[in-house]
Amino acid sequence: MNWLTELIENPVITNALPEALVETLQMVAISGVLTVLIGGALGVILHVTSPAGLRPVRWLNALLSAVVVNITRSIPYAILMLALIPFTQWLVGTAIGPIAACVSLTIATVPFFARLVETSLREVPSGTVDAARVMGSTRGQIIRKVMLPEAMPGLVASVTTTLVTLVGYSAMAGLIGGGGLGRLAYNYGYQRWDPGVMLVIIVIIVLLVQLIQWIGDLIIRRVDHR
Amino acid sequence: MSDVARNTPPGAAATAAPMISIQGLRKLYPQGSRTITALDGVDLEVPAGDVHGIIGHSGAGKSTLVRCLTLLDRPTEGSVSINGADLASGSDRDLLNARRRIGMVFQHANLLSSRTALDNVAYPLEVTGKDKTARRARAQELLSLVGLEGFENSYPAQLSGGQRQRVGIARALATEPDILLCDEPTSALDPATTDGILELIRDLSSRLGLTVLVITHEMHVVKRLCDSVSLLEAGRIVEGGPLADVASRLDHRLSAALLPLPESALDTEGTLVEVLGRGESAGIPVASLIENRFDQPVRVVAGSIEDLAGERFSHYLLSLPDPGPSPTGAEAPADAAVVVDFLKEWGFQVQVRTRTQLEAAQDTAQTLGGAQ
Repeated sequence: MNWLTELIENPVITNALPEALVETLQMVAISGVLTVLIGGALGVILHVTSPAGLRPVRWLNALLSAVVVNITRSIPYAILMLALIPFTQWLVGTAIGPIAACVSLTIATVPFFARLVETSLREVPSGTVDAARVMGSTRGQIIRKVMLPEAMPGLVASVTTTLVTLVGYSAMAGLIGGGGLGRLAYNYGYQRWDPGVMLVIIVIIVLLVQLIQWIGDLIIRRVDHR
Repeated sequence: MSDVARNTPPGAAATAAPMISIQGLRKLYPQGSRTITALDGVDLEVPAGDVHGIIGHSGAGKSTLVRCLTLLDRPTEGSVSINGADLASGSDRDLLNARRRIGMVFQHANLLSSRTALDNVAYPLEVTGKDKTARRARAQELLSLVGLEGFENSYPAQLSGGQRQRVGIARALATEPDILLCDEPTSALDPATTDGILELIRDLSSRLGLTVLVITHEMHVVKRLCDSVSLLEAGRIVEGGPLADVASRLDHRLSAALLPLPESALDTEGTLVEVLGRGESAGIPVASLIENRFDQPVRVVAGSIEDLAGERFSHYLLSLPDPGPSPTGAEAPADAAVVVDFLKEWGFQVQVRTRTQLEAAQDTAQTLGGAQ
């Protein structure tokens, strides 16, 4: 058990790791919240303005789905985060650190989440929406009281998937200055070639993803009455 | 089209404004380069308190009619007014208020799966801005009215099809609408549950004085539920009137579907005569009446006796022997025309039928779901 005590006494594990974990959680949490808010709104607009939606607006729908969603989704994150460095510099005053990383993380996951939200909303049966219309609901009421609650299991699943994606992206963002577990793995696991540190980081990331998935599934079970 | 439904029940003041008035309703859909005429000038008036059925098979325009009545689709031409107020005119706000005067029951209930039974019934009240205590109390009251006490906190997925439909009916009544619009309310239910739901709607309409419009493809629903009926075909109402009147018109297809004869082999000799008796004449044994009068045998090919809209109807298919010298050397049987006139004097409706006509009537009965 010598290697284990060595690992536990390793200052990278005892000092740098907790700090890196906090940074990763910070990145995932901040960009997660922003993504849910912005991407959620975008997803609702995409659904509502679609040809069969509550308020079809052909040009807006075409613009949003073609330009924003498809183009941003087709750029690999590794390239997007580099391309966004000047924009990040301008927006938050620095391109280094977890807060700066949130800019590119959010921009990368908003379209992804918006598409998932749109798909979940589309799965609400049209009969349910018709019923709400016939009962004299306004469009806002239909979105707030019918579509979103009815799509809730799908929406929670979308948030889970998005957070898991963010954990992966945040590791990449760490390489160009975001910090977090990604950078720790690169600096110590790769550049200093410390397999023990690498292993611990992998285990922590796997556990983190598992935890997110587990909490997501738990919430879905609570909100799913279908 | 003199007999298009103008369903004023006997005793109702002829001057009273109808609760539902549909005039010249047309709906065209573009489909590629062609135009589909889904509704081709529908006229209908339903007086307050009446339960009116619109029957038609698929493709007749039923779904389009429902969508136009609730303005989920705008009619191309014509008008719909409920309790004197035109639905199509006015702003979005007016449209919302107009919709709130219509309670609608859907084929698949269309409940919100994320809400409990109580919250589903409260939904229309929430939309109109009633406060929480008031709407919960009202929803509670409505659930007891439809016989679902104790199911307040059940989610739709935990209820049976019939219970879900009861919740749907309670929800439709929440805003105290002028009319209840039922779109195929029992088509997704089994026969026993169907009868329970029909009884509930019938009971509610008489207790609350509701005007009900039922759209269906099943004659069974019309028989159990309606005071009057219209036949919708290719986007038009082609026959209609109070149930008993429609049933007693032997030359109409609604009659063939309302009072179907049991299927029988039509390969018998002789002249086939269809006889329909209503009320008192329904109790007369037709065959022996003819035998006694003309001293000749009469064969009953098919027959049924049914109570409909509070009246008794008898419906027979008789085979009269062909005129000419009888093989037994007895007196020649009377001509069919003489027998027909004789039966008419007794208050029956009588028609001499060819086999082709009778087969067409059987088909009608079957497609409209009236055949057993």
